[in-house]
Amino acid sequence: MIRINTENYRDEAIKGINDPVLQKALADLQVRFGRGTAEAYRNLPEGPGLRRKAHEIRMKAVENLDILLERLSEKIRARGGHVFFAEDADAAVKYCLETARKHNVRLAVKGKSMTTEEIGLNNAFAAAGIEIAETDLGEYIIQLAGEHPSHIIAPAIHKTRSEIGLLFSEKLKIPFTTDPETLTRAARKALREKFLSAGMGISGCNIACAETGHITVVSNEGNIRMSTTLPKVHVAFMGMERITARLSDHDILFRLLSRGAAVQKMAGYVSYIGGPRQAGHADGPDEFHLVIIDNGRTKILADEEFREMLCCIRCGACLNVCPVYGKIGGHAYGYAYSGPVGAVVTPLLVGINRAKDLCLGETLCGACKDACPVDIDLPRMLLLLRSKLADGDSKWNAGRENTGEKMLYGIWSEIVQRRWAYDAMLGLSREGSRLFTGKDGMISSLPFFLQGWTESRDMKPPARKSFMRQWKKLEKQRRVK
Amino acid sequence: MNNNRKVTLFIQCIIDGIYPEVGFAVVRVFEKLGIGVECPAEQTCCGQPAFNSGYRKDAKQAAEHFINVFGDAETIVCPSGSCVNMVRNHYPELLKDDRKWLPRALETAKRTFELSEYLVDVLGIDDLGASYGGRITYHDSCHLMRGIGVKEQPRKLIKKIRNAEFVEMYDSDRCCGFGGAFSVKYPEISTAILEDKIKNIISSNADVVTGCDMGCLMNIQGILSRKRLSIKTLHIAQLLAGESI
Ligand code: SF4
Repeated sequence: MIRINTENYRDEAIKGINDPVLQKALADLQVRFGRGTAEAYRNLPEGPGLRRKAHEIRMKAVENLDILLERLSEKIRARGGHVFFAEDADAAVKYCLETARKHNVRLAVKGKSMTTEEIGLNNAFAAAGIEIAETDLGEYIIQLAGEHPSHIIAPAIHKTRSEIGLLFSEKLKIPFTTDPETLTRAARKALREKFLSAGMGISGCNIACAETGHITVVSNEGNIRMSTTLPKVHVAFMGMERITARLSDHDILFRLLSRGAAVQKMAGYVSYIGGPRQAGHADGPDEFHLVIIDNGRTKILADEEFREMLCCIRCGACLNVCPVYGKIGGHAYGYAYSGPVGAVVTPLLVGINRAKDLCLGETLCGACKDACPVDIDLPRMLLLLRSKLADGDSKWNAGRENTGEKMLYGIWSEIVQRRWAYDAMLGLSREGSRLFTGKDGMISSLPFFLQGWTESRDMKPPARKSFMRQWKKLEKQRRVK
Repeated sequence: MNNNRKVTLFIQCIIDGIYPEVGFAVVRVFEKLGIGVECPAEQTCCGQPAFNSGYRKDAKQAAEHFINVFGDAETIVCPSGSCVNMVRNHYPELLKDDRKWLPRALETAKRTFELSEYLVDVLGIDDLGASYGGRITYHDSCHLMRGIGVKEQPRKLIKKIRNAEFVEMYDSDRCCGFGGAFSVKYPEISTAILEDKIKNIISSNADVVTGCDMGCLMNIQGILSRKRLSIKTLHIAQLLAGESI
């Protein structure tokens, strides 16, 4: 049921690169958000150093998850809400389906949630004959088109206005138009009907608060507020790491989240939800369920070197600056999470070998670390994942990916410890390269694994004499003098 | 004034093997300043290729060799931001569980500087009396800028070059798509990123693109050559050495 397509990274990447519409959309997105976010951090009254503070807040929460989750659950239960700890995706999906069946739900409305994408909720509901309507405009477009989101925050960036116009005229039976306002109105009308007839509302959770016992949902369209207040039953999903100790932490985290996600000072709607409708409340669901999902997170928590990844608040800022994401788009990453966050978290969730291209197919430029509102060192973890691929790691069920390469590096490591051997290696490569050097003195085609380079680039061949050889000769002459 | 100063050069493997002229340009820069230069004969590679590909045991061997070779050097200067990033930031990580090597790694890291950083921050020099007749644009290498935080130093140096005009390219701090083994393992992605860099270089109207890392410059040169474009790639040391190539 869960869509994991990480094996096709390379093919999907090439598809993305060759799609001019996507290229334009990605470039626009990165200019708008990527640059804007850096500026927004600089303009923080506390300065960009606030990201470090946020990191510490998140890390502290991650290290005390058991206590914090317990506190949250107690408070929610005391208000009559239900809390369910789901060990994996299946358990989470099953719980939600059972709840839907119990209430005879035919239609559920959903606010954007990557966690539900992670566990494959929509497919499971569709198979059970229950409709889930996405209510975030971008997600709604993607759902109508039968596709998957390509960006954590902007799921439909790969679609053009006229594609959306065609889609709406076909599915919503409206006259074709590319006018954003008319299109949004059409979506709004269709969605209002869904909101009013849905038996269940589904949402994610941005950051819960243990102190007050609330989950929070953040949006700019108000759709999540409607999804969580109009239907009789509300089921919220949260990754078990998405919690913090105190309400005061939220001030910092939400300001950073809003800047990272959409270059805003604060998102349009921030709702705190602590259970079903209480006496005296004008609205809210009769029943509230919180599904707290593990699905591989305990394993990440247990590994000190990857624990930092649980600080992630899924803002998408790292996607907006990543040169690789900026070319290949979100679909190449083959799972709910794309871009740098996906490149680290997906291998940890679905298996390092299975997602090897995500670990290897990055430039390690480090832009993601600077963009991250909670200062996560993604490049460090990418390198670490590569080391698991290189040597295997039973803790992560990772096997050595490439024994030939391992052997080559083994030989290389012996060579680099001996200058004479190193010189011999340089000599060999120089001789070898002669065969490939053209009249202009450049190499325009190389064999074997080096072919990748010369597909698009020339290369200067090794020099006749290395710097060190020339230097040594000069030294000798100097001494003679 | 610098009579007693002496630096020990670590020549990046790409420079050593493919671009020795860059190494000699570095030597000339120090000659100009009257600073003595040493080059330990046993030096090879900092180990970055193995480390970036995940082969940490092999990288560790290269790191230990480096530390041995440069153990006594007072000041180590290297004309590559990514090698310095390796020594300064990754050696300590690589050797963190090794009680024998970690202190030595940390100690070596403190004495290792990237060329432009050393000239501007340590020596306090930005004018090397160099001259170059042309328009120069500068590419910020990722490991230099984000890894060791060197951004303004090269610019200060370039701006003092006589007869030259310095032009910033758009997105100078965006990755060129090199990424070491990435460039041969994922050539399509690497090239797509590189194409953007080339567009920005071309629109800067510069006739030379410079930087502090031959890895990136080799990548940029590779595609400029393939496209038969006449824009030159020169390491910053080549400009500072005052050669007008
Ligand atoms: S890694 Fe950082 S920037 Fe990327 S989604 Fe997570 S919190 Fe946002």
